[in-house]
Amino acid sequence: MSDAATMSTPILKLEHLSMKFGGLVAIGDLSFEAKRGEITALIGPNGAGKTTVFNCITGFYKPTEGMITMTRRDGSTHLLERLPNHEIPAKAKVARTFQNIRLFSGMTLLENLLVAQHNKLMLASGYTILGLLGFSGYKRAAAESVELAKYWLEKADLIDRADDPAGDLPYGAQRRLEIARAMCTEPELLCLDEPAAGLNPRESLALNELLMGIRADTGTSILLIEHDMSVVMQISDHVVVLEYGRKISDGDPSSVRSDPKVIAAYLGVDDDEVGDVLVEVGDEQVIEELDVAPDPEHGPGASSSMFAGSVSDTIEHSDEDERIAVSKGASKAAQVEAKEARSAEAPDTTSKGAK
Amino acid sequence: MSLQTSTQPTSPVQQALREALIAGVVSFGLFFFFIGLKTDQNIRNELVLVTRWGLLTTVVVLTMIVRFLYVAYAVPFLARQKIADAVTGLLPDSTGTKFFRVPFFIGSLALAAVLIVFGSAIVAWTGPNIGAYVTLIRAFAIIYAVAAVMFYGRAFIGRNFASIGIVSLILYPILVVVILALLAWSNGSANITSAAFQGSLKWVDNFGIQILIYVMLAWGLNIVVGLAGLLDLGYVAFYAVGAYSYALLGTHFGLSFWILLPMAGILAAFWGVMLGFPVLRLRGDYLAIVTLAFGEIIRLVLINWREVTNGSAGISGVPKVSFFGWFTFNVSDPNYISKVFDIPQSGAYYKIFLYYLILALALLTAFVTIRLRRMPVGRAWEALREDEIACRSLGINTTSTKLTAFAIGAMFGGFAGSFFAARQGFVSPESFVFLESAIILAIVVLGGMGSLVGIAIAALVMVGGTEALREMEFLKSFFGQDFTPELYRMLLFGMAMVVVMLWKPRGFASSREPTAFLRERKAVSGSFTKEGHG
Amino acid sequence: MQYFIQQLINGLTLGSIYGLIAIGYTMVYGIIGMINFAHGDIFMIGAFIALIVFLALTSLFYSVPVVIALLIMMIVAMLMTSLYNWTIEKVAYRPLRGSFRLAPLITAIGMSIALSNFVQVTQGPRNKPIPQMVSRVYEIGGISISLKQIIIVVVTAVLLTLFWYLVNKTSLGRAQRACEQDRKMAALLGIDVDRTISITFIMGASLAAVAGTLFLMYYGVVSFSDGFVPGVKAFTAAVLGGIGSLPGAVLGGLLIGFIESMWSAYFSIDYKDVAAFSILAIVLIFLPSGILGRPEVEKV
Repeated sequence: MSDAATMSTPILKLEHLSMKFGGLVAIGDLSFEAKRGEITALIGPNGAGKTTVFNCITGFYKPTEGMITMTRRDGSTHLLERLPNHEIPAKAKVARTFQNIRLFSGMTLLENLLVAQHNKLMLASGYTILGLLGFSGYKRAAAESVELAKYWLEKADLIDRADDPAGDLPYGAQRRLEIARAMCTEPELLCLDEPAAGLNPRESLALNELLMGIRADTGTSILLIEHDMSVVMQISDHVVVLEYGRKISDGDPSSVRSDPKVIAAYLGVDDDEVGDVLVEVGDEQVIEELDVAPDPEHGPGASSSMFAGSVSDTIEHSDEDERIAVSKGASKAAQVEAKEARSAEAPDTTSKGAK
Repeated sequence: MSLQTSTQPTSPVQQALREALIAGVVSFGLFFFFIGLKTDQNIRNELVLVTRWGLLTTVVVLTMIVRFLYVAYAVPFLARQKIADAVTGLLPDSTGTKFFRVPFFIGSLALAAVLIVFGSAIVAWTGPNIGAYVTLIRAFAIIYAVAAVMFYGRAFIGRNFASIGIVSLILYPILVVVILALLAWSNGSANITSAAFQGSLKWVDNFGIQILIYVMLAWGLNIVVGLAGLLDLGYVAFYAVGAYSYALLGTHFGLSFWILLPMAGILAAFWGVMLGFPVLRLRGDYLAIVTLAFGEIIRLVLINWREVTNGSAGISGVPKVSFFGWFTFNVSDPNYISKVFDIPQSGAYYKIFLYYLILALALLTAFVTIRLRRMPVGRAWEALREDEIACRSLGINTTSTKLTAFAIGAMFGGFAGSFFAARQGFVSPESFVFLESAIILAIVVLGGMGSLVGIAIAALVMVGGTEALREMEFLKSFFGQDFTPELYRMLLFGMAMVVVMLWKPRGFASSREPTAFLRERKAVSGSFTKEGHG
Repeated sequence: MQYFIQQLINGLTLGSIYGLIAIGYTMVYGIIGMINFAHGDIFMIGAFIALIVFLALTSLFYSVPVVIALLIMMIVAMLMTSLYNWTIEKVAYRPLRGSFRLAPLITAIGMSIALSNFVQVTQGPRNKPIPQMVSRVYEIGGISISLKQIIIVVVTAVLLTLFWYLVNKTSLGRAQRACEQDRKMAALLGIDVDRTISITFIMGASLAAVAGTLFLMYYGVVSFSDGFVPGVKAFTAAVLGGIGSLPGAVLGGLLIGFIESMWSAYFSIDYKDVAAFSILAIVLIFLPSGILGRPEVEKV
């Protein structure tokens, strides 16, 4: 798999992307690539800026800085940060789904999928005028669009409910419908924002199959945000890890899985286990701190994490240098990083994660 | 309301008594100043207060009685009905069959027939005061008979509602003339045809044309509000643009209606786009106030731009519509209809012609709406109403989608406006006040957003109902000769808006017809559709 | 310059009245998210009650000091108008809370039509003039300020201070702000939401009633149709200032007042309303949520 990955070309390239909301830096200098035909997963703790990255890619936010390049199959490139957001699906062929499902709930499943083929049908209907007069070209296009909708309804296992309103579907089916709807725009890159959120294991499995099927049948590349590690580890070829708007790790699932920064930051490690991880990699300073009881005056009190610091010093936004200054206690990855920097001077320290 | 203060369970009657007492106190407070006291001018033109304690007492007692009956009987009945028929919210069949019985039906038919044939004789015998009751009873008998037919044929009517509606609309003027001819014959009047045509004026013009204008306007606004989900409180502006386009171009350049009708539509559509541009980014209530302001701006310009619009005095002498140049409806013209066909002169021909014209225009609106809903642009409108962000994520250009909705909605408003000018022969800014926008919007919402049939029913009920108040002459025998039911028209209209909305918050037809289907067309329940926030 | 200051004072007077009405719109919008279209007519009802109280006072007593007469008019108008708004909320808006968003808008429009026609039917369609209550005019450096204008501005300022205190410093105000943020959560925390909303309507109506009394005193005439134009202007003011924001409502009211008086003074009196509406549209193009309104963040 990794051979194929290195050979394939990047479909989406983010370079030095940053996004600020007032003084808040949601993404700071982020660069990564998604390769054609791969499933790239974007993971990170809550508030890491994953959805903001999605919103920048799909044009809902205009990034403060940076470049997002989409390379289509025919070789044309599109700078997504310059396109108005309705042209991103239409011209650059990037489709997306939403974290809190956005279906046209009062319309039937079939209608949902027909709306997704709007631009194609608009053209076929001669911008409504020819269609209104009943030209046959539009009728043919309309029949074709129904066929495409049927294809994706079957793929998503929703064909039996084609004539029901979308709002009537159970949650898991709504997720699948949203993906089917995005696929009806015939995208080359499909961006999925937490597609497995709220699904039960069986539905999660069905989703995996749907996504693998999409890639196998249409060659569509997929970029997904996910918290469900079983999904991430099973289907993704490439994982990018974000924390506080920065990339902290990038690689195939197995390497990311064993990256201590990632473990510390995110991967299924509870806050009080962070210490264990750090002990494992041998950070004396932290071990010393762990021995001392947390200071109630400075500590976050009720918070479960003694590393989290009080609310005010968790993230500092300094306007001058436009990057996040994270306090010592906040970023677990930063702790590991600092430790690694030190351990680079002492070559005998064992480093488990890297490579 | 259902809170119980004591531990002892209260019976519905006890509770109703308490509620009635509260209602009495509140209504006394509300009405003391407005009904109990009246400001009047005395001979020296000074304001003085006149007291009306009797009327105040009557109103307060009436309020208490109504409240008592409502809490004691209507609420339990409605609760039972809800359990019986939770899905449709219609009266359960058992209630209907109790009310509509075959013997009653035959009786009402017989009564109506007797009163139609001998009505004039009875009135002549009893005098006008009791005669008014005869007319009332006759009306009730006819309404009962019609309602009974509708009740027993409800399955058939439900299935073929649209076609039955169109056929009866087409037959309506003919039926009116025929029935009036029969009445004239029963009265033994000398000239049956002219009496029938003359009498049909009121029914065709005040009811038929008036209602159809509102149906058309509401169908036009439905594209903007019902389909695209954009709240437009200034729709009357486009109606005004259409009316003034026809009035100005018709009087100054003498152009024919058939040229100016499409032109008025295009001009109104242009203004729709002009309004659309600045409001594209606005949401909900911001959109509402800007559209309202737009409507007011247009009206104020019409009032103040006296050189062109003649200000509040308006433009009179707007030319009539001709029958495609074949014959006209101007008595002085050489090809006046009665000269061409050699029939007696009557203003009714023009009204009947106008009736069919507005019917055709309204049906055109409906036809275009139905076709557009099945086209990508129509689906995009509805998708926009459901979720604008999802639309953009699917590559739909929401800007142009909104603008087409505004433009097409405005175009139909413009058509209706030019028809209005031709019908009245006179336009003035008075006809284009905010109230008109509010009435049109109310019809759209009361009908059930997006549903053409529901909107037509709402227009019939609201406009027809208030027009019918003009006909309530018999009330004079109740309330005295200086009683003018017309005065209460808008008061009742406003109250009806509130009551209907409380009764059916999603309108008469709350379900949505899907535009495409694979296996079967199932109506989408109104609880899933959204109303848009733009 | 004198002329300009004169117009400024006229605008301030007008703006105070608009501001008082606009607060009712903005509070109701803030708390239940609906446009209370009947609010303009509530203002008219307030003016009418003040008128009737005035007539009752003059017919019952030989002479009443103007200050006391005004106070009584204001207080009775506030009470009775509050009763109107309370009833309307209970009858026409509460059953529709949480349903379809347009439904309460339509009932509000229906209520507006019903209220103005109710007054027309019960009180007759004519204008109702009263003799001038306050006629003193002060001349300061060529600028004439009437006592009426001073009363209006002072009463408005006092009421707004009181109101500001109510909303920001009392538990009632806290409950209102909580309901504005999240009604469900407020209910879970033990706030009586229905009561809070009722009180909001009562507060809005009281301010509108004061505005109505001042309107009657200033212009000396009222008719059943007088609710619509000030209502729409005040609504415009609320939106201009940023609907949902209380300082915004006052600011918007003053702005609309200034625009109107300046436009009538320097351009044409015919187009003063057109100017006010056009400026609203222009401001909203650049600031889609008004001047002081919280910008609506598009949540994706």
